[in-house]
Amino acid sequence: MFEKALKGNNYYWIWLAFLGTFMAIGALCYIRQFNYGLGMTGMSRDVSWGLYISQFTFLVGVAAGGVMLVLPYYIHNYKVFGRITILGEFLAIAALIMCLMFIMADLGQPLRALNVLLHPTPGSMLFWDMLVLNGYLFLNILCGWVILTAERKQVKPPKWIYFFVYLSIPFAISIHTVTAMLYCGLPGRHFWLSAIIAPRFLASAFAAGPALILFVSLILKRVANFDAGKEAKDKLVTIIIYAVIVNAFFVMLEFFVGFYSNIPGHKHTLQYLFFGLEHHGVVYNNLVPYMWGFVVLCITGVTLLAIPYTKRNDLWLGLGAISIFLGLWLDKGIGFVLAGFVPTPLEEIVEYYPTLNEIMITIAVWCTGFFVLTVLYKIAIAVEHEVEA
Amino acid sequence: MDKKRREFLKIAGISTLAGLGAPAVVDRMVSGSFPLAAKAAQEVAHGEKANDQAATEGHGEKTVPTGKRYGMVIDVRKFIENPGMADACTNACHTVHNVPDFGEANKKDEIKWIWLTGYGNAFPDHSHYYKDEELEKNKVLVLCNHCDEPPCVRACPTKATFKNKDGIVAMDYHRCIGCRFCMAACPYGSRSFNWQDPRNGLDMNKLNREFPTRMRGVVEKCNFCADRIGKGEQPACADACGSSKAIVFGDLNDPNSEIRKVLKEKYTIQRKPALGTHPSVFYIV
Repeated sequence: MFEKALKGNNYYWIWLAFLGTFMAIGALCYIRQFNYGLGMTGMSRDVSWGLYISQFTFLVGVAAGGVMLVLPYYIHNYKVFGRITILGEFLAIAALIMCLMFIMADLGQPLRALNVLLHPTPGSMLFWDMLVLNGYLFLNILCGWVILTAERKQVKPPKWIYFFVYLSIPFAISIHTVTAMLYCGLPGRHFWLSAIIAPRFLASAFAAGPALILFVSLILKRVANFDAGKEAKDKLVTIIIYAVIVNAFFVMLEFFVGFYSNIPGHKHTLQYLFFGLEHHGVVYNNLVPYMWGFVVLCITGVTLLAIPYTKRNDLWLGLGAISIFLGLWLDKGIGFVLAGFVPTPLEEIVEYYPTLNEIMITIAVWCTGFFVLTVLYKIAIAVEHEVEA
Repeated sequence: MDKKRREFLKIAGISTLAGLGAPAVVDRMVSGSFPLAAKAAQEVAHGEKANDQAATEGHGEKTVPTGKRYGMVIDVRKFIENPGMADACTNACHTVHNVPDFGEANKKDEIKWIWLTGYGNAFPDHSHYYKDEELEKNKVLVLCNHCDEPPCVRACPTKATFKNKDGIVAMDYHRCIGCRFCMAACPYGSRSFNWQDPRNGLDMNKLNREFPTRMRGVVEKCNFCADRIGKGEQPACADACGSSKAIVFGDLNDPNSEIRKVLKEKYTIQRKPALGTHPSVFYIV
């Protein structure tokens, strides 16, 4: 079916060339980092994870978000999602590829990555994360491909594939749960040490993933003559709104626990994120604009998605979806990981500034993901058009 | 029908065998790939069982009951009496272990094994508004605590950091993949990462040839001078304190050791005891 990705109009090729340019620049930047070491980044002894790991965390959520289409369609036989379920599965593939690339970019000794398999350590959450991420990637490639092939041949998918489809549902939950456990099981990092991290991750994932799918499906309607259908979009909107609200509820619970208990360790990072934290007469507030951006974008997005007038208008609907996606990215793709290191275990505050080299690598990985996504969606839609014709 | 039953029995039999056999195979593989650690782990596990009752005394504090368990007592008052001695400790350690210095200009690449920090930084839980002046203005030496329950060891996905049977939390620089999970896991900020080639920050003519330099992309930290202890010497920092007894190092499991004597006589505290890591470094303040 790959041949379908090789035929496209000029816009298709320009878009791929655009992404390819950034991928090439990022590849050169990565070679620099590979030769010099991670000192090319802004990470330090105190903020030892930066953009790479924060993007990874967010993208695991985007990958898991696809399950919001798979589950209603396959478990509840919700036929309306029939056309777009494949978009969810293929989005998961692209997101997981980005996740794995970000992990590799973050390793100090990337050539030793297979040590995780060579010396399996079940006590380490990273070991399990590797298992579930690769497992989920495999499941999505398998299910997406088999079902799309069946659709092309206009036959029912083979029965055995449903075993893997159903298996992919708990896997989707597990990838984000285990990713949350990377953080919430560490003593001495008060902001992360919270049982609500995994549910909160899932809530924001179930908003961010479908929001991106909604946004992309609106673009596909214009550029690829692919209509997800009004009812499917309405249902996506409902899912997104509930998930954003649940995520906001969880964030507010964190605030309650921190500020009502008045335990400094539980408050510091929240103060740092939303208001700035004073330390030895200096106020540290690098992330404050991002966090208020998160709040404003989520409120705007939900409003646009909820008001009947804006919801009926594709432009407003698209803006609403992308605001929610960006808002949740600010929260989880920037704030959550970086702020966890503030204050340091020695009660100091060190702020992190990514370097240009690091930013270019980050952009390149995102572009690679969108490159893969474009090619996969191109194939999926070409198959649908072929069947319809 | 009959045939199906036979097949079922076959499969059931094979799975049972596999189920029974697998743990043994896994055990063998584990002990084969890392005999020392596996043996140590077994010893610890068995010892703990035998000593369970003894261990439940006090606050459920656990110790390794057999063999050695190294620990350290740092007398902060003696460092206040001898200004400069703490820096001597840091220098001695960093020289012996070829710890690079990239200077203040490149603080983000900093690597340190033992260093001075404020009392409130080292003991945030023991800090309050009205500290005595001495503590307020003087600093405390901090280093890896060589915890009994090290979170870094739990986090490491490759067993590149592990706890020896003598209680020392050690690093295998050749296995570390540089994921820095251990740095996020350590509640004491004791771990450093080689953000660049450490030799960039070392005077190659003054290297200690007895100890390897690291490569970039791996994590490192204090190793309690495992290399020196093996030769019957004291850790470099304890050595640097001369006869002042500001740092007492020894076997916590030996009731007659000097460190046990000090612990018996003096009131000591540990860093962040509430986290359940059971540090092996104690402080007299």
